[in-house]
Amino acid sequence: MVQELHRLKETPSQTAGPYVHIGLTPNYCDIRGVYDGDLGTAMVNDQTLGERITVRGRILDGADTLVRDAIAEIWQADSAGLYNSPSEMRGTADPNFTGWGRCPTNAEDGYFQFETIKPGKVPFKDGRLMAPHITLWIVARGINIGLHTRIYFSDEAEANAIDPLLLRIEHRQRVETMVAQKDGSTYTLDIHLQGPKETVFLDI
Amino acid sequence: MSANSNQRPETGGFFARDRAWHAPALTPEYKTSILRSPQRALLSLDGTISEITGPVFGHSMIGELDNDLIHNYARPGESAIGERIIVHGRVLDERGQPVRGALLEFWQANAGGRYRHKKETYLAAIDPNFGGCGRAITDDDGRYAFRTVKPGPYPWPNGVNDWRPAHIHFSVFGHGFAQRLITQMYFEGDPMIWKCPIVNTIPDRRAIEQLIAPLDWGQTIPMDARAYKFDIVLRGRRSTLFENRLEGN
Repeated sequence: MVQELHRLKETPSQTAGPYVHIGLTPNYCDIRGVYDGDLGTAMVNDQTLGERITVRGRILDGADTLVRDAIAEIWQADSAGLYNSPSEMRGTADPNFTGWGRCPTNAEDGYFQFETIKPGKVPFKDGRLMAPHITLWIVARGINIGLHTRIYFSDEAEANAIDPLLLRIEHRQRVETMVAQKDGSTYTLDIHLQGPKETVFLDI
Repeated sequence: MSANSNQRPETGGFFARDRAWHAPALTPEYKTSILRSPQRALLSLDGTISEITGPVFGHSMIGELDNDLIHNYARPGESAIGERIIVHGRVLDERGQPVRGALLEFWQANAGGRYRHKKETYLAAIDPNFGGCGRAITDDDGRYAFRTVKPGPYPWPNGVNDWRPAHIHFSVFGHGFAQRLITQMYFEGDPMIWKCPIVNTIPDRRAIEQLIAPLDWGQTIPMDARAYKFDIVLRGRRSTLFENRLEGN
């Protein structure tokens, strides 16, 4: 049998595999001249409103070994809490901010890194404001279906304490797996795929 | 980035993902998953505005040869070696509605089964005229198409003698970040599909069959290229009619 013509189940996910860079960041893996540049490398320009920050992190497997062949994508609101998306009906987002970034984990030190701005607060479904956060999605060899989580900010302790999603984490010590630590204008978070420090991943 | 449609954008949440239809995180026959699979339960979150929105990519970013892998890395006047094929299809959602403006990115090995990547060590030859990447954005009917060469199968270090069936990787953006999907397309009639530990991470045979593109004789161009049809289904979206309004909405 083959694919049915009118099947309306979601297409099953498959791993991005070891050569995901060829498709998503070809210039990063020295395939040059096909696209002008890799998508998602520039989220901001010199007109972008908001507080400039760097968000970086590593991905570690269940043996605490760096995952150096992953791709991280982030999606976030602008500094006023608006998304640059047609589904954003509350207003118009900063046209100088894409809200979306893509970065491979570095083959040497294992870091992904985004130059972005601190997002504003956006509402939960019931209208309560969520703490500022960035949506993070990870794919790699060995990951059968992309992993969703969020990055919160360590200097937003007050907002984090009443964040509707963070409040739903039953094992309270796991909250910190979603909170990036601030050092100057840089926020850093390690993602643990497995083990005692396993990151809280989301079924969204 | 810009919308490419005059229709009012949808703002409903997405249908819950049927996790039993997808591969579980831990699939020991695919060895790399053993240490890369979360063991804790996922925290369920019905989409907020952070997940039901997503980036949109304009048609203007697509170059003329972006959907032509036979030529987009080739030297002028030359072309990639291999069986010429066209892959085409539609991006739909679970409701059967076309997903317009969806960005598709695809990548693959060359006709000999060799990827252009520094981590790739298979002894098959590199094709100097084949890069292996392409992209397209769906039209108002959700349609896309690209031209390429049929990728070869290749061996990979998992079991002692594991081979990947010929396949093309797809990355898909819908209208919400919750729809984000990466998958692989296989070719009708390939007996290696059923031997592959990565294919077999998917528990339901019908789900695997959803990844197998049939030969599309009607779309085949005589004396030029055969066609394969590959439809992709993204998560469906609820009507907002009975949903609580977001503040300010």
